[in-house]
Amino acid sequence: MPIPSSLVTLLVGMALVLSGLWVGYNVNLLPLDASVNAPVYDSLFRVLFSIGTILFLGIVGLVVFSLVRFRRRAGDHTDGLAIEGNLLLEIVWTAIPAIVVLFVGIYSYDIYERMGGMSSLNDHSAMHRMPAMETMEASVSTAGAGADPMAGTALKAPRVWGGIGTGGGETNVLPVEVTAMQFAFIFHYPEGDITSGELHVPNGRPVELRMKANDVIHAFWVPQFRLKQDVIPGQPTVLTFTPTKAGSYPIICAELCGPYHGGMRSTVVVHEPDAYDAWLRKNSPVTATVASAPSTPTA
Amino acid sequence: MTVASPNDFQDSLQPQGWLRYFSFSLDHKVIGIQYLVTGFIFYFIGGALAGVIRAELASPISDFVSRETYNEVLTLHGTVMIFLWIVPVVNGGFGNYLIPFYVGARDMAFPRLNAVAFWMIPPAGILLIGSYFITGAAQSGWTAYPPLSITTPALGQVVWIVSVLLLGGSSIFGGINFIATVLKLRRPGLKLMQLPMYCWAMLGTSILVVLSTPVLAGTLLLLSFDIVAHTGFFNPALGGNVVVYQHLFWFYSHPAVYIMVLPAFGLVSEILPIHARKPLFGYTTMVYSIMAIVVLGLVVWAHHMFTSGTPPWMRLFFTIATSFIAVPTGIKFFNWLATLWGGKLALNSAMLFSCAFIVNFVFGGITGVALAQVPFDIHVHDTYFVVGHFHYIVYGGTVFVIFASIYHWYPKFTGRMLNEDLGRLHFLLTFVGFNLCFAPQHWLGLNGMPRRVAEYDPSFTTLNQISSVGALLMAISSLPFLYNVLVSAFRGQVAGDNPWNALTPEWLTSSPPPVENWVGAAPLVEHPYGYGVDEDTLSLEAATGRDLWSGTGRR
Repeated sequence: MPIPSSLVTLLVGMALVLSGLWVGYNVNLLPLDASVNAPVYDSLFRVLFSIGTILFLGIVGLVVFSLVRFRRRAGDHTDGLAIEGNLLLEIVWTAIPAIVVLFVGIYSYDIYERMGGMSSLNDHSAMHRMPAMETMEASVSTAGAGADPMAGTALKAPRVWGGIGTGGGETNVLPVEVTAMQFAFIFHYPEGDITSGELHVPNGRPVELRMKANDVIHAFWVPQFRLKQDVIPGQPTVLTFTPTKAGSYPIICAELCGPYHGGMRSTVVVHEPDAYDAWLRKNSPVTATVASAPSTPTA
Repeated sequence: MTVASPNDFQDSLQPQGWLRYFSFSLDHKVIGIQYLVTGFIFYFIGGALAGVIRAELASPISDFVSRETYNEVLTLHGTVMIFLWIVPVVNGGFGNYLIPFYVGARDMAFPRLNAVAFWMIPPAGILLIGSYFITGAAQSGWTAYPPLSITTPALGQVVWIVSVLLLGGSSIFGGINFIATVLKLRRPGLKLMQLPMYCWAMLGTSILVVLSTPVLAGTLLLLSFDIVAHTGFFNPALGGNVVVYQHLFWFYSHPAVYIMVLPAFGLVSEILPIHARKPLFGYTTMVYSIMAIVVLGLVVWAHHMFTSGTPPWMRLFFTIATSFIAVPTGIKFFNWLATLWGGKLALNSAMLFSCAFIVNFVFGGITGVALAQVPFDIHVHDTYFVVGHFHYIVYGGTVFVIFASIYHWYPKFTGRMLNEDLGRLHFLLTFVGFNLCFAPQHWLGLNGMPRRVAEYDPSFTTLNQISSVGALLMAISSLPFLYNVLVSAFRGQVAGDNPWNALTPEWLTSSPPPVENWVGAAPLVEHPYGYGVDEDTLSLEAATGRDLWSGTGRR
């Protein structure tokens, strides 16, 4: 008895979905996840990878099957069947991709919100509420406003043009000012007045990078944090992340910035909190003089 | 209705024979071949530049060329491949050759404008390539983002701008010509919904060209003012805004992707039904999906700027708009699969390249939907993931279709067949080399290799070397192709007028066609895809072409 084609289709479809899910959840293409939003990103990646695998295997399978099953046999000069279309099929394969991309869009919006992307620096909505604008903009940089060289007066805090902010809900944020130039990143810590070529941050504490560029556009990228933000001359941007794993990770410039673009790299060192405090004390010109005598035994 | 005929303009000074390919010819077929051959010359130049890039990246340190030269090479590679190879070939080349046949005209609407459009390309190309040897080429990538493009050596950048302006002008002239030809020069009695699909693709593409290319031209003019006259449109030191440039640039350059792939969609819609011996599945939805891609293609540009100075609402809007382009694109792919289903597929080079196009483009489309998601893109933007993605679209997509089209229409161009064995060898080498070259780049991007770098983390060496081997295979694959194309022109098997037994109008005349395309009146082709056997229809062998295309004896 021949197997009905609907049953074959169902079985092939189930096998496809299962293999797509298996690939999505078992093939790891990503580097170490070392920030709070990296596992969130990875779950989005797994979903996209699964859906993509199902679609790709299905379509390649159809192409290969057609090429083998429907190939022209030698000596056969006849035509195929004169099928010019099928409205039901057209509706099905319009609706299914539409539902899939709608789902993917809503899901990635949710992921983006969990990463903090939607919450901060609402400069667009701020424009519609003119009186509130200055306070909102100022709130982005309240924590380090005193040390911000670009904030001449408290009211004229620079507008933040892009990036992922803290959303204002975080306390205990570590502000770091980032200056990008050809071909280096300079990190300045308002807390201890430290200037460094490497980024040192404590594990588990939110870090807010306030970034500006001196010459051309650069981009700050840490693959292990799954975060990137352009550093744009004339337009300050922010990037917030919370590291979760101690270690050293590369900082990479991702925007073509001149001949030595490929060499424009640095390192972010994630310390355990007490090791970070030790690093801060060791390098800070302010605390080094004040706190050196009493704290030497424990440091 | 007046139809411009080349004869109206021809005088005794117009060269005949092979010399006409080097002349200001007004014959759309000559201009089409001029575009194609010029395009292939630039393809090999751009390919050599890609070879330099892959040689440099075979080792993690910058050791093959100097860093400045590397940036010049990557800028030239991108500019040559986009503006001198893909856009002129799939629009100007095949468009000029095929569109007048498809609408039943004897030439394009504006033959002189057509010749001018072509003859703007060689000077622009020579200017661009020559700038490397004379002034030093531009170093800021094909995107020419300020302030980098303002601070790198000015002369090379200005030459780059002049060259792109010339090519953009050529593209606009071509676009106007295609719109006029498709809408106004149709043979009496031929309805819009009876046109072959390539006409619709070219109509959509030309609308995009005419709407978006002037924006690029204006933007580059402002950029040249910033460089030459020290104005401050995009110079932050003078109060300019660098992100505005990105918006204006991508307002052209994202539609430019559709200017490169929509004609390929059209060409593949012509090739598949003929070699599958089946009608094109879902003609009407194919037409609407082309127009949907045109509309959506104009409102997705900011997805190139998700990590730039872009507010959250804009990131969200462009994510959703970009994702939805997958729907009309998906419709087209499912329709092609349905066209193959139940056919009698001839596994020749044209069919193999077309099917590989489907596979490659679906892969690039899936990574494209992923890249449209802001959180996904924030990680992989400006990395080798993106390089892999767009090469799957423009090479795996459009260039594969260009090769399929050469195998398909070469008998029409020359009257001789290409060698099928060499064609299949070419296909095999290209397909393997292409995937070896670009598939590993996705992993590289995910794991931390940014694009446009001459040096990289040594842990990425092995995959980069695999990628370079793939590039070498692609270079080797062009040898059997070149040999095949050059030798078959003289020694190839004589094709006859209609070797594929096709129904579209370009095959219903001699190969190569006469100057005015048809002896006598142009045929009225109401069913360009009327292949296939119904229960009670006549068999193809028993019928003449005229029976089939005129509809007599059909149903």
